[in-house]
Amino acid sequence: MSSTLVLAALLLMMLASFAVGRQRALATADGHARTLHSRPPYYGTYVAMWAAVPALLLLALWVIAQPTVIDMVVRNSLPDDVRTLSSDKLSLVLTTIDNLANGRAVVGEPPAYAKEAAARLLSLRATSSWAMTVLVIGLAAVGFFFAWRKVNPALRARNDVERAAVWLLIACSAIAILTTVGIVFSMLFETLHFFSMVPPQDFFFGTVWDPRFTAVGRDGSAGQFGLIPLLWGTIFISLISMLVAVPIGLLSAIYLSEYAHKNVRAWVKPLLEILAGIPTVVYGFFALTTLGPLFRDLGASVGLDISATSALTAGVVMGVMIIPFVSSLSDDIINAVPQSLRDGSYALGATQSETIKRVVFPAALPGIVGSVLLAVSRAIGETMIVVMAAGIAAKMTLNPFDSVTTVTVKIVSQLTGDLEFNSPQTLVAFALGLTLFVVTLGLNIYALHIVRKYREQYD
Amino acid sequence: MTDSALPMTVADSATSAPRKLVLDKKRVRSRYAAERRFRAYGIAAIAFGLFFLAWLFVTLILQGYGALQQSKMRLDVTLDAATVAPGGQVDDNALRTADYTALLRTALRTTLGVGSDRGERRDAYALLSNGADTELRNRVLADPSLIGKTVSVWVSAAADVDTLIKGQISRDLPENQRRLNDRQIAWTDKLVADGRLEKRFNTALFVNGASSDPEQAGMGVAIIGSLYMMLVVLLTALPVGVAAAVYLEEFAPRNRWTDLIEVNINNLAAVPSIVFGLLGLAIFLNFFGMPRSAPVVGGLVLALMTLPVVIIATRASIKAVPPSIREAALGVGASKMQVITHHVVPLALPGILTGTIIGMARALGETAPLLLIGMVAFVVATPATPFDPATALPVQIYMWAGASERAFVERTSAAILILLVFLIVMNAAAVVLRRRFERRW
Amino acid sequence: MNTIAMKPVSVTNDVVSTNRSPKVISRGVKVFYGEKEALHGVDLDIHEREVTALIGPSGCGKSTFLRCMNRMNDVVEGCRIEGKIEIDGDDIYDRRIDVVQLRARVGMVFQKPNPFPKSIYENVAYGPKIHGIASGKEELDEIVEGSLTRAGLWNEVKDRLDKPGTGLSGGQQQRLCIARAIAVSPEVILMDEPCSALDPIATARIEELIDELRENFTIVIVTHSMQQAARVSQRTAFFHLGDLVEVGDTSQIFTNPKEERTQAYITGRFG
Repeated sequence: MSSTLVLAALLLMMLASFAVGRQRALATADGHARTLHSRPPYYGTYVAMWAAVPALLLLALWVIAQPTVIDMVVRNSLPDDVRTLSSDKLSLVLTTIDNLANGRAVVGEPPAYAKEAAARLLSLRATSSWAMTVLVIGLAAVGFFFAWRKVNPALRARNDVERAAVWLLIACSAIAILTTVGIVFSMLFETLHFFSMVPPQDFFFGTVWDPRFTAVGRDGSAGQFGLIPLLWGTIFISLISMLVAVPIGLLSAIYLSEYAHKNVRAWVKPLLEILAGIPTVVYGFFALTTLGPLFRDLGASVGLDISATSALTAGVVMGVMIIPFVSSLSDDIINAVPQSLRDGSYALGATQSETIKRVVFPAALPGIVGSVLLAVSRAIGETMIVVMAAGIAAKMTLNPFDSVTTVTVKIVSQLTGDLEFNSPQTLVAFALGLTLFVVTLGLNIYALHIVRKYREQYD
Repeated sequence: MTDSALPMTVADSATSAPRKLVLDKKRVRSRYAAERRFRAYGIAAIAFGLFFLAWLFVTLILQGYGALQQSKMRLDVTLDAATVAPGGQVDDNALRTADYTALLRTALRTTLGVGSDRGERRDAYALLSNGADTELRNRVLADPSLIGKTVSVWVSAAADVDTLIKGQISRDLPENQRRLNDRQIAWTDKLVADGRLEKRFNTALFVNGASSDPEQAGMGVAIIGSLYMMLVVLLTALPVGVAAAVYLEEFAPRNRWTDLIEVNINNLAAVPSIVFGLLGLAIFLNFFGMPRSAPVVGGLVLALMTLPVVIIATRASIKAVPPSIREAALGVGASKMQVITHHVVPLALPGILTGTIIGMARALGETAPLLLIGMVAFVVATPATPFDPATALPVQIYMWAGASERAFVERTSAAILILLVFLIVMNAAAVVLRRRFERRW
Repeated sequence: MNTIAMKPVSVTNDVVSTNRSPKVISRGVKVFYGEKEALHGVDLDIHEREVTALIGPSGCGKSTFLRCMNRMNDVVEGCRIEGKIEIDGDDIYDRRIDVVQLRARVGMVFQKPNPFPKSIYENVAYGPKIHGIASGKEELDEIVEGSLTRAGLWNEVKDRLDKPGTGLSGGQQQRLCIARAIAVSPEVILMDEPCSALDPIATARIEELIDELRENFTIVIVTHSMQQAARVSQRTAFFHLGDLVEVGDTSQIFTNPKEERTQAYITGRFG
């Protein structure tokens, strides 16, 4: 029986248990629902819960553990000379076995031990499947009888059900943590794997990026994986985008919050925020087909050589995307500056712009710095615009008209297409991803900390 | 007051008459000029943002609306029974494998009056789309009684013809730089003059899957894939997010653990989307062995990205439910869980849904993580379940943007417009929901 | 300096008191917030180098009237003013009047101390800087020292002028705000309940200061405390529900009010 069928059976059992539990509660109370501690559906849920939850947990555990356990057993049953093969050759053998077991085509005549292992694999899978069905259904039945026996008018079914519900809520909120843990561990694991092939200092301090794609089986560490050129490209493009986004975003925010009439603000603010809602792939397309060629032609007309995919194009488009981000964050920050400070300045005869420049802005500065840092972290992590508009050449250049590449571009290009998963060419993407994650996380935590402190100051 | 705490010197200075303030006229004028300048900077900044927005939309609309129409050719095809159903076999398999291209080519030759010259024939055939035979086949499959008759059918013209008719390529280029030679252009003009070649609504754009021929390429697979993913996001992120928010807002004690969850959620919302793609690749594909290119995996990755948005929105709207309502429900003997499920969550629902829709709109436009889990795929067949390979709207846009044919530019723009329509509808729904149902206490 | 001697002894009627010229004249001042009329036509004269107290229950319009005198109500959206206010014969709501110059002439101190989040020095130097009053660093230093001295704060802060003004105690902050206001040498200083956020000792300091400042400045103070009005002011105006009910010498208002409502208020029957 497949796990899907078992799951369906469990759901049916759950429904049945609900009905039975509810019935039994009424029966034990001689049909007088008022003598029950809780309302009858709670008894039904109580029984259903006991029937389904432990069994479901077992099922999930089984499904997760089964492939790993079977894989280990099969691996250990292989002849010694096969088991001691180098890791990439061993993984080829395992793929062959897997293909044999699933009835897929295999290149050439497979060795006898592989056939044997495939047969073992199949039989193990069948055994495991039967064992799983029996154990899971059995556990469900045990749970059901346990709960069924306990049903009586004095049972505080509602309290138990609600306590279980709280645990469910806790589990859901733990998913947020699990996601972070998943991100960190999955990337850390692959990154360590990568560092076993390429020394960390070559990655972090290398100034040449040239990963050279290699085929399976050859020694894979031929390429050079220097992070510095990618990091420079990332910083360079982020810098250009900030040069666009910060002044424009800040000035718009100031105008909208300090000068604009209510009606103007009600229209202009959402319009500007549309810029943040447009998918980044759209900006990438726009940069690729409109802005890039425009810059190239403009450059050609004044004798500048601007490449169609350039740091400038990507940076400007990214800057535009970030404008509403900067402006809505600074808007909040500026609005948090107490009116009394403005009044104090007006009362001394300052004009509005003097008040803004000399009182409001300095007072809001820490918060604005925080929001700019958040914007920087967004620019660093942005992918599609740079993939489409920045280029792929890893260069350390100061020329904004040249094409550069970023960390995110390389993550995408190393992981798209058919690649052997255990080569440094692929694994380097995880090292890049981890670097990206750590940098943006640091920026975010620091920025949120600044913004929080700033808010507390005026609360 | 003489025993004031102020020292004598201070009292002296206090008695001296204050300077009369005379403001310099010129200085005041220049201060007001600075005021006006500052205001102008603000207006210029806003104008820049709005200009860019308008530029983007106008460019996309001008580039994209053409793709809603596709040049089609009317041919009088004789559905020769010997070719379509040899030996009188009218079974499904025979109908599927019949040589419809030959039928179309014969009809085209007759229409254009092409002789037996090889070069001439090749030029003529190039006017037809490679997918025209499929269009004819579907027509016959739908109505096998047509066999043996001569029917007038509209089939797609080749992309080069389409771009010529839409005026996207110049006729004035030298012949060797054009995709269509003089003879083909003459034919095209003749067909147009005869009313046999015209632009008709481009159904293929919305229905078909991937194709290397622009005139046959469509977003059908991508739309279905995106819908499946949104469904997965809705079914996972919404319940989990609401549950998590309810716990954090209503049950969680204030301690290090919940602080950690809080910081975590705020930071997850700002983690670059591509990192979620790496997570999906390492955990869902490599560890759990889920299928590549499947919308269900894409949906789960996007759900993890949307989760913080849902949690934050839910917490905000739960906070907005006034304590008086909780107290009233507790007062009549409801348990805490009943207060939450009967009163708090229903009252917070508009806010929760608004947040969810906005989060889903963001997920719908997300591309980068999907690239890493193999959603960049050439998928021709419409996926029947969320476990079948599919692409997504933004990924389709990415793939088309990289295609070299001129005809793909307008299709990419059209695809973007369709994506934007989806996003606008979702955001509008969120706004309406907020205006209509959100209570202000 | 003998402040007591300057107090008029027996002037009982506003119209009779001609020995001092009115600095500020208001006639028929009405204020609307949107549709709502908050002041129903106020006629009030403020005399030079005197402290005028505006009293009345909260929401009576006394603060609104105060803020009319340096046009701080311009900042409030939807606020409209009718009537006439003249300072030394200039109609301050005249279109030709520049609000920046007006506010340089009419300073203001607010209910809650609102020092800018800058250094003490910068707080005081702010006004002179924006108006370009000082011609150089030395003169600016002089103005800062002089203003802080007059505000009675110099000795307390002279060693930490570069420390943030927000680090001072509440009373010190309020005196800093007064120093900030007098640094531009205004003619009139408006004070909107300047002691309401302070403790009694700090309040006493400020009250002393107000009395000293009267030598050089015309002061209008809004206060919710009748004792304070009695202590610091020479003239008192009683507002109620947007009307100016009665104005007169402080001693007369508190000992012999003409109006029923004034009587009721000062004897604590409402408010």
